[in-house]
Amino acid sequence: MATESQTREQQPLEGAANVSVKVNRGNAFQATWYFLRRYPVIPIIILSALVVSAVIGPFVAPFPRDKGFSPDRNLGIWQQSRAAQIPLRGGTTIEELGYRPCPPIDPNQSHTLAENMTQCGPLHILGADHAGRDIFSRLLHGSRISIAVVTFSLTSGMVLGTAVGLLTGYYGGVLDEIVTRFVDIWNALPFLMVALVVTQLFGAKVNVFIWEVDMLLFVLMLVAWVGFVRVIRSQVFVLRELDYVAAAKVAGSSDVRIIWRHLTPGIMNTVIVVASLNTSGLILAESTLSFVGAGIQPPTPAWGVMTNEGRDYILEAPHITLVPGFAIFLVVLSMNFFGDWLRDRLDPRLRQVA
Amino acid sequence: MARFLLSRLGTSLISVIGATLAIFILVHVNPTDPREQFVPQSGYGLTQESWERLGDRLGFNQPAWVQYFQWLGRVARLDFGVSLGYQVSVWSLIVGRLGATVQLGVGGWLIAVLLGIPTGVIAAVYRGGIFDYLARFIALVGQAAPAFVTGIVMIWLVAIVLQEWFPDWEWLHFPAGGRTSDEFRWKEYVLPCLALGWGSAAGLMRLTRSSMLEILDSEFVKMARAKGVSNTVVIFKHALRNALIAPITSMLLLFAGFLNGALVVEIVFSWPGIGQVALQDAVQTNDFPLLLGTVIVFLAYFVVFATIADILYTIIDPRVRLR
Repeated sequence: MATESQTREQQPLEGAANVSVKVNRGNAFQATWYFLRRYPVIPIIILSALVVSAVIGPFVAPFPRDKGFSPDRNLGIWQQSRAAQIPLRGGTTIEELGYRPCPPIDPNQSHTLAENMTQCGPLHILGADHAGRDIFSRLLHGSRISIAVVTFSLTSGMVLGTAVGLLTGYYGGVLDEIVTRFVDIWNALPFLMVALVVTQLFGAKVNVFIWEVDMLLFVLMLVAWVGFVRVIRSQVFVLRELDYVAAAKVAGSSDVRIIWRHLTPGIMNTVIVVASLNTSGLILAESTLSFVGAGIQPPTPAWGVMTNEGRDYILEAPHITLVPGFAIFLVVLSMNFFGDWLRDRLDPRLRQVA
Repeated sequence: MARFLLSRLGTSLISVIGATLAIFILVHVNPTDPREQFVPQSGYGLTQESWERLGDRLGFNQPAWVQYFQWLGRVARLDFGVSLGYQVSVWSLIVGRLGATVQLGVGGWLIAVLLGIPTGVIAAVYRGGIFDYLARFIALVGQAAPAFVTGIVMIWLVAIVLQEWFPDWEWLHFPAGGRTSDEFRWKEYVLPCLALGWGSAAGLMRLTRSSMLEILDSEFVKMARAKGVSNTVVIFKHALRNALIAPITSMLLLFAGFLNGALVVEIVFSWPGIGQVALQDAVQTNDFPLLLGTVIVFLAYFVVFATIADILYTIIDPRVRLR
């Protein structure tokens, strides 16, 4: 795996690599292996795939999100849809289900994969679920939720937590004491339970101006912000004692200017690292909440929801629950690798914290 | 020490009050009438008279702070009301189910401790060896897989695939459907506890490994080695004792959080604990009193154990600053 570059014993190499000395790294295989160990290539590929699928996935998904085709129920991985063989009733057309019309397949005549794809509509690459919906398409749609969690909950939590950390770190005193206690209490709340109560009380969706937003995003924001406060605060404690801050103060800078122009740039690396380390936890929290039914609600294919729905069919069709579960695992694993790598790159001191 | 204990108890009291206040505000700030949360469907099977009586009982004609203290008084007397779905008192429902959840939580915690700490020590001692790589790989997987995914994969692998492949190996046959009776059978515990404990075991293992490596690299260990102390004595007497402080404290804190994780695992393994009732039934049937009661019980549990862990922390490691 691509992570061994983060182990302690290899740290001294980091600086040495900047010196352009031709190092003999053996044959092509060994050189590739070295590269993979040094940079999180595979995690970055997986995460970019996630981002791409969140942006364009719903438009390129081969099948509709919620509409299933009952003969395809529990269809295994890499199977041809049965849409072509079975006549439809009740005026439904197969175009409506995402299939292209095609001549019936002659079972005696062998077809190549390419022929099948062009002639008889797309494959169920990752199989179909218990309602005959294409799992791959649903995964593509569901990737939006992970990205929404990162873009909305993490970003807003990051801004909030960083602001609180900056203020408490800079001013200290009573404010600091109160906020620290508050953060302690906040950390003591079992967030799973709190999320349940909040979704139960306010519903799974809330209206913000004209948009319907999932309550989950707000709940996760409330989870995310505390992760930043302590780390940022302790960094600011160090920074504010430095001479350049004192000089700025002597030169007549206002508090706002010192915080914004002199302290914020100094903690940006830390913020980025903490954010990347918290991402996987948030994605895990999102999928767990969706899994127990307190997050994204069923017709929307969040990966946790898909895992939960497929659980009842684990005997006949284990892939229905295993595929989305594995997708969650893969994304979290990549995020962990990437976060660790980023931490070692940008702020190795944080090794102690997270 | 006494001062520290007092301040710690004060903090936890404040956190309990703060949390109950937050829950109270959440319940009452809600735009819909709070009474609607205490009847299954709004107005269903309810006369105007009993609706008013419910309002009286909940004290709606009193100022908010009086309401809060009345509510707190009921909570302190463990009166969480009657579950809408089960029609029994919430407290009796929770008590009846608590045993199974605690068993699962303790089992998962034991797995985490018994797997995590020894593997961490071995991995540190044989750093760079095959065991080290293997343990770190397993830890990475465990930290990335959510408990419900691990649980599902375990059920599929052990209870379905392996049973199909080796139908004659009796000891492999784990019950997939969860617990069937109240009597203790260890087989029913292995998979849920493993699913619950894996992630934490991974965290503990990484923590133990890194603190052990740090100690093994320290001056006094080198000194001991230079004196000619045998490897075994260095590892067990000099290094291990110092390296275990961080894992043990985190292990105590873990215990506070374990019941929460147990709730999710319970759903996967159809475990007859609180998670079944609180997460599945209460959420699906809008059983608000049940949900609220569970939250408060768990909150109290968490605060109590976090406080105990904090206090033990200072006893184990006297160097910790007492605030």
